[in-house]
Order: sequence, then C-alpha cells, then structure tokens
Amino acid sequence: MRAIAETRAVRGTRRSFLVGLGRAFDLVRRDPFATAGILIYAVFLFVAIFADQLATHDPHQILYRANRRVASNLPPFGDHILGTTNLGRDIYSQLIYGARSALLVGISAAFAVVLIGTLVGLVAGFFRGWVDMVIMRVADVALGIPFLPFVIVLSSFLEPSMWNVVIGMALVVWPSTSRVIRSQVLSLRERTFVEAARVTGCSQARILFVHIAPNVLPLSFVYGSIAIGWAILTEASVSFLGFGPGNTVSWGSMLQNAYVSQALSRGWYHWFVPPGICIILVVVAGFFVSRGFEEVLFPKLRD
Amino acid sequence: MQGSSRLVGRLVLTLFVLWTVATILFLIFRLAPGSPLAAFVTPTFTAEQQESLTRQFGLDRSLFQQYLLYMSNLLQGNLGESFFYKRPVAEVVMTAFGNTIALTLGSLLVAYAFGVVMGAVFAWKRGTWIEGAGIPVVLVTRAAPEFWLGMVVLAIFAFSLGWFPGGGANSAGLTFSSEWARIFSLDFLRHLILPAFALALYLQGLPLLLMRTNMLEVMQEDFVTMARMKGLSNWAIVMRHAARNALLPVATAFALGIGQSVGGNVVVETVFSWPGLGRMLVEAVASSDYPLAQGAFLLITTVLVTMNFVADMLYSLLDPRIAHAGHR
Repeated sequence: MRAIAETRAVRGTRRSFLVGLGRAFDLVRRDPFATAGILIYAVFLFVAIFADQLATHDPHQILYRANRRVASNLPPFGDHILGTTNLGRDIYSQLIYGARSALLVGISAAFAVVLIGTLVGLVAGFFRGWVDMVIMRVADVALGIPFLPFVIVLSSFLEPSMWNVVIGMALVVWPSTSRVIRSQVLSLRERTFVEAARVTGCSQARILFVHIAPNVLPLSFVYGSIAIGWAILTEASVSFLGFGPGNTVSWGSMLQNAYVSQALSRGWYHWFVPPGICIILVVVAGFFVSRGFEEVLFPKLRD
Repeated sequence: MQGSSRLVGRLVLTLFVLWTVATILFLIFRLAPGSPLAAFVTPTFTAEQQESLTRQFGLDRSLFQQYLLYMSNLLQGNLGESFFYKRPVAEVVMTAFGNTIALTLGSLLVAYAFGVVMGAVFAWKRGTWIEGAGIPVVLVTRAAPEFWLGMVVLAIFAFSLGWFPGGGANSAGLTFSSEWARIFSLDFLRHLILPAFALALYLQGLPLLLMRTNMLEVMQEDFVTMARMKGLSNWAIVMRHAARNALLPVATAFALGIGQSVGGNVVVETVFSWPGLGRMLVEAVASSDYPLAQGAFLLITTVLVTMNFVADMLYSLLDPRIAHAGHR
C-alpha cells in the first residue's frame, strides 16, 4: 500500500514538475525579451559548435600577403571581414573561436555555481539548526571576498587556464543562489505535500530530492542564466589583465592584444569593438532569459 | 535593546569574516608551491644573504608560528615590506588607496544621481516609449565589460578627439605640496573625468533599475493610497512619500557599491593606467611581489566587508519597519 502511494506521489510531483517546466517554456516563448535571449544563446551555441566551419582562417596563424610580407593591420575588406591584427591574424576567425571558449567557461561556471548553490541551499533550508548556521556563516565569509581580486590571486598560483575562473566562481559566487534557494525551501518544507510525503514514510533524502528539489529548480535556472553572463565577463576581465591562458583565443585576450598593440590610439575600432559587442550580447541574453523565468515564478511582477 | 544586540551581532560577524579571509589569504600565500622568496632572491645572492632573509621573513619557523606572527603584525598594521618598492606595504598601499577612493566616489556619485532621477522618470513614464527604449539601453550598459566601455571611451575622447589625457592620475613632472593638494587639483580632475565617466556608465544601471522597481512598488502601498485619499497632489505624493521610501534600498546599494567598486575597479584602473589599489594588486601579482599583493587584497577586503556592515546598519536604521520592530 505504502509503496503504491509513494510511487503515485512521486509520479504526481514528477508530472507537476514537467507541467511547471512546460508552462515556464510556454511563457518564456510568449515573452518577447525571453525569446530574444534564447535566440541569441542559440546563435552563439551554433557558432561555438561549428567554429571550425565558420572561421575563414586559423585564428593563431600569422598570415602573409602575396609579396611575402606579414598581412598586418589590414582594414576590414574582402578576404578579411574584420581585417587583421597587428601580427597578421584574422580578427573575424578569432571572434568565432572566442565564442567557443566564452560559452565553455560560461556554461561550466554557471553549472558549477548553480549545482553548489542549489545543493547547499537545499541542505541548509531543509535541516535547519546548526547545519544551517554553519553553512550561512561560510556564505558570509564567501560574500566578504572581493571576487575579481580573488580570481587574480588564485590565477597567480594555479597554472594559467580558463578553469581558474570556473573555480573562482564556484568558490565565491554560490551564496547568492544558496540564500534564495534556502528561503524557498524553508517555506516549502512546511507545505502539506511535504507533510504527506513524511506521513507516508518517505526518507529525508527522498523528501528533499524528490519532493522539494523540483520545486526550486526553476529558481536555479534564473541564477544559472545570470551566472553564464557573469562568468563570461569575469573570464574576459581576467584575460584582459593578462592572467588568462596564452594559447587560447578568447574575447578577453583579443581585447588585451588590441589594448597593448595601441589599437585605441590608432583608432582600429574594427579590432576592439566586435569582441565587446559579442560579450554584451551573451550577457544581455542571460538577463532576458532570467527575466522571462522570473515572470513565470513571480507572477506578481506582471501587470 | 534589540537594535543594539543586532548591531553587536553584525559587528562580531564582520570581524569573524575579516579574520577568516586573512587566514585564507595566509594559507594561499604560504602553501602555494615554491618559496615566497623565489621572486625576491636573485642568483647573485650569497647563501648567507638568503639565510638571513629567510630568518627576516620568519620562514624558518613552523607554519603555526608564522601564522601567529602574521596575525600579530596585521593587528599592528604592519603588512611587511614590498619586494619591488622596498618600502612598507602599508605606506605604498595607502597612496594608491586615495586614488581609488577618489575614482570610486566620483563615479558612484554621478552614477547614483543619474540613476535615481532616471529610475523615477522611468517609473513615472511606465508603458510609454521612453521606458520601452530606455530599459534595453540600461541593460546593455550593465552587460558591457567595464574595461571595454573604458577602452571605447578612451579611444573616442582621449585619442580621436583629444579632449582628455590618455591615462594616469597626474601629468608628469607636476609636484604638489601635499596629498590633499594633489587630489583637489584641476590636473587631477582632468585625469579623473574619463575613468569616472566610464565607470559611471557601467554603474548607473543598478540604482536606476532599483529606483524604478521600488517606485512602482511603493506607489501601490497603503500609505500612498492614504495620501491620495487625503487629497495630496501627485507631486507631493511622489516627492514626500513615494520617493523617500523608494530611496531606501538605493542608499543601501550605494554603500554596498563602494565596497564592491574598490575591488571591481581593477580592470578600469588598468585601462586608464590609474595608479589605484586594483592596478597595484594586478602588478604585484604579475611581478610576484607577495607582501604587496597580500596587503592590497586585505585592504580591498576590509573595505568590502566594512561597507557590507554599513549597508546592513543603514538598512535597519532607515527602514521604519525594521527600526520599530524592536519596540513592539
């Protein structure tokens, strides 16, 4: 009897979770901002996956002109849609490959932050008491660490790699997600369906992960879509400051190259404007998607 | 009564956070692979010189003893000596700190004045084309990397138009009678405008969006309805009742903004070669000047944690709902 009731309850929550997710996507589709956000993500994802096909040159390769001179500082024209750098590398191809490293960092950092933030928030809110106390004090400490300086100090000891940004974010950025998830769990755990699960004899873990977790997942998505943008911004800053990996083309490293090659004083806008616009587009897409999700979750904001 | 115990509680927490961060920093710098002296010692050093240095830096003692030494030095404001400048870190860091504070406060004041006014306007003009066009523009400035905004601003206003200097905080060769005279000089202001403008461009989005949301929320509260029923004019309602209450979270955000900007300015300071704390941290890390990197990081953290505390206190002081809750 109990087993049947339990499977029914599980099926019920699963179904309501799916319905909720379906409704979320439905609303996101109806929200023009969210649609724009998802479209932008889709385009960049496409570019990142098919970078090999879309790029016209090898982004690292130094190109030569017919007269065997380095093809440096070519203006945007013909073969080079965005011109070449001062060392004769194709800017457009660098931009295309930059999308790959940006999305790689963005998505893995967002995944790490949201995974840690959600798990910690779930545990703190569900078990309360001293567990909650300890976790929240750790969160206070993490919030007291200046993020970008921390990543810089971190990358001076670790090998220069784009994973430093992911590690830094996983260590420092999770509390904002955790706090929101925790307060949500605190109210969820008092609801009747949780009580029902408890009465039917579900284990603590089962209640937490099967009954409560699905209800906070959309909230995690909101933070995830913002975290993607934040990670890409951070990676760009770290690369710009010269602590990024030297062998990977990223939008941040492109901007650093442009900056140190005096692209600003020489007015080579075609070099340093496009990477900035790409970063803006991806980050704005995150804002738009999270906005769409937020309106699903907090309909009060809608008028 | 409750208010003061809350204050003490937050204060203790703030000190706890500072102590923990200082400890983490100690562990990062000490447990990192390689001797902290590696960057300092050149091949020309004799074995005796190296040994005396090791003793001078306390590296011959146990980790725990080193930790105690580090903490007692910190409490006395002794941050060690910079490898590069050959001067006490506290001294080096404080010069940069003045420049950073000038940049942070300058840009924040401009950003918040603009953001608050425009946020109120956007709330007022809800549903019109002004809001429709304005919000995406604001979101774009918030999404742009600060250093990229700085690069574009620099290319246009300093290099193409030549209106402002291309970097630094003072023209080369100028001398000033005191630090105050330097910071309040016209030359300093001319150098400050571009980086502060670039930062403000990035920072104005938060107060603007906050102010707009709060205004929209406050306008629906009972006391606004009450004011309306009393027959007050729209203007009086907005100025005396709504705006005052909507400003509250903005004031808190301002305090938080100071703490976050001091650390977040790193990139803008680098773009504009602004001799501030962030740029100093970057250079110290790049040249393995560990005492300086540690000192700069600690100062940035202290400002951040202190401002978090101030924001917290400000919030409970200004919000009548929290302030009066204790008397019930």
